[in-house]
Amino acid sequence: MPDIFEVTIDDLKHLVSERAATGETVLLNMGPQHPSTHGVLRLLLELDGEIVISCIPDIGFLHTGIEKNMEAKTYQKAEVMTDRLDYLNTVGNNLAYSMAVEKLVDLDVPPRAQAIRVILVELQRIASHLIWLGTAALDVAAMSTFLYCFREREYILDILELVSGQRMMTTYIRPGGVWRDVPVEFEAAVRDFVKTFPRRIDQYEALLTRNPLFLDRTLGIGRISGVDALNVGMTGPGLRASGVDWDLRKARPYTGYEQYDFDVPTRTEGDVYARYLVRVQELRESLKIVEQALNKLPMGPVRSNNHKYVPPPRSEIGVSMEALIHHFKLWTEGFNAPQGSVYSAVESPRGELGVYLESDGGPKPYRVHWRTPSFDNLQAMPLMTSGVYVADLVAIIGSIDIVLGDVDR
Amino acid sequence: MDKKLQPIVEKLEKMFGATASEYRGDVSLVIPREQIIVACEQLKALGFELLSTLSAVDYWPQEAPRFHVLYQFTSVSRNLRLGLRVPVPGVNPTIPSVSGIYRNANWRERELWDMFGIKAEGHPDLRRILMPADWEGHPLRKDYPLGYEEPQFTFNFEEIDLRKPYAKE
Repeated sequence: MPDIFEVTIDDLKHLVSERAATGETVLLNMGPQHPSTHGVLRLLLELDGEIVISCIPDIGFLHTGIEKNMEAKTYQKAEVMTDRLDYLNTVGNNLAYSMAVEKLVDLDVPPRAQAIRVILVELQRIASHLIWLGTAALDVAAMSTFLYCFREREYILDILELVSGQRMMTTYIRPGGVWRDVPVEFEAAVRDFVKTFPRRIDQYEALLTRNPLFLDRTLGIGRISGVDALNVGMTGPGLRASGVDWDLRKARPYTGYEQYDFDVPTRTEGDVYARYLVRVQELRESLKIVEQALNKLPMGPVRSNNHKYVPPPRSEIGVSMEALIHHFKLWTEGFNAPQGSVYSAVESPRGELGVYLESDGGPKPYRVHWRTPSFDNLQAMPLMTSGVYVADLVAIIGSIDIVLGDVDR
Repeated sequence: MDKKLQPIVEKLEKMFGATASEYRGDVSLVIPREQIIVACEQLKALGFELLSTLSAVDYWPQEAPRFHVLYQFTSVSRNLRLGLRVPVPGVNPTIPSVSGIYRNANWRERELWDMFGIKAEGHPDLRRILMPADWEGHPLRKDYPLGYEEPQFTFNFEEIDLRKPYAKE
């Protein structure tokens, strides 16, 4: 194996235009260490002056082999790894995985656990959109928004810490329910957030929505039509900003989303500004869902009673022989899932987050495949960026809202 | 099975001589590999605009077929989901590329080559995507080891240290 792996222009000939070979256009590396690529993403740009002729994303710098590693762990232990995929949507990843396992073994989830799941996933969606809003605005030189967004995100991370003990890597949602019931302070903390946050959204909007400098940088930039967006597999707010009304929470409701009243914001322009408007509107809609779920939060157990798959509560272990046996079996060899394969998907802040799970009848998943939304959303980059200025390219990367942990898995 | 999905599945069953199977509401069809392009064109015409995912499963040491390539389609306009499975043998595994029909198959098929060593025939740009370009082997194959670093203890510290790349000179 050679020590240095070199790529010549011949290896790239089919990706760049003919003019690159003669030196008429310039090939320029952007990243992998670049503040505007939102992670370790490398873009190979072919430039004619300041105009982007072609943009070739190069990914894999954050590849951690999570799919392979999950095959070597039991169903419960593999869940810890799901937090590390999309590190801005950890609760959502737990939910996607737990739902796939529940579908595979046909497990029930108590209503209280479902409502807690919805509250936390929507709070996480707000947190993820706040990061996006802060960094995307920062990319077009609106620095103060970034600071305000991170201030509010801290609120949400505190709530996550309250319920799970962890700010980010929560592993709180488990197959069959959630880890344990929420503490008594939970309701007051969420109510406090729900009360203050609408005013904060107004403040962000006051800073950006009609700001002429922001409009100059975003209006009409990086257009993509709905048909093209679907064809490259785009999902989530990016697709909805191109006029396709597709939200899994509405179209194929899961975890009790059908009980809540909320709208799916869509725009038809398909540019950076439309994607901004859709996400900001989603902040308000998520808040609506959180409030309704909190008002309706039913009492009852938070974990399924099916102890073949869900560990019994700690209090039962001391008094019940069966509980002790179940506990021991579940934490040593795990449970045997029936043979079969399922595909289950949730709407993550970035789009359709799907899990393909196949079981061979043993305690470890035979194959786990993650359909991560950023992977497909990033494929739309070359379509959106041909003929734009380099400065606009930065705004476009920001508007796609990629998380490289989600792309590379 | 969904009432709207029934006629589509029946049509595909008749066209490709396949039988549909259902598990927990997920419907999938096994299609021979020569017909995957026709099947994709057919599905796109039937309103499945979105190729949700494309991946594979390795059934090593079973050889014929060693792999199953999985396609998951979503119809946004009709709110339907359908899966296809294509058996691929272990010797010289190839599959016709569908990146001309669904654009996002481009990277997914590169991942298929990278992780399983299944070549997509007619793919415009078949390079590795997640692993480094000079990587050897295909990590998600079942005969590819997970890879461990042996822990160093006092009794085997030097022995392991000598095997480290920096001990070459």
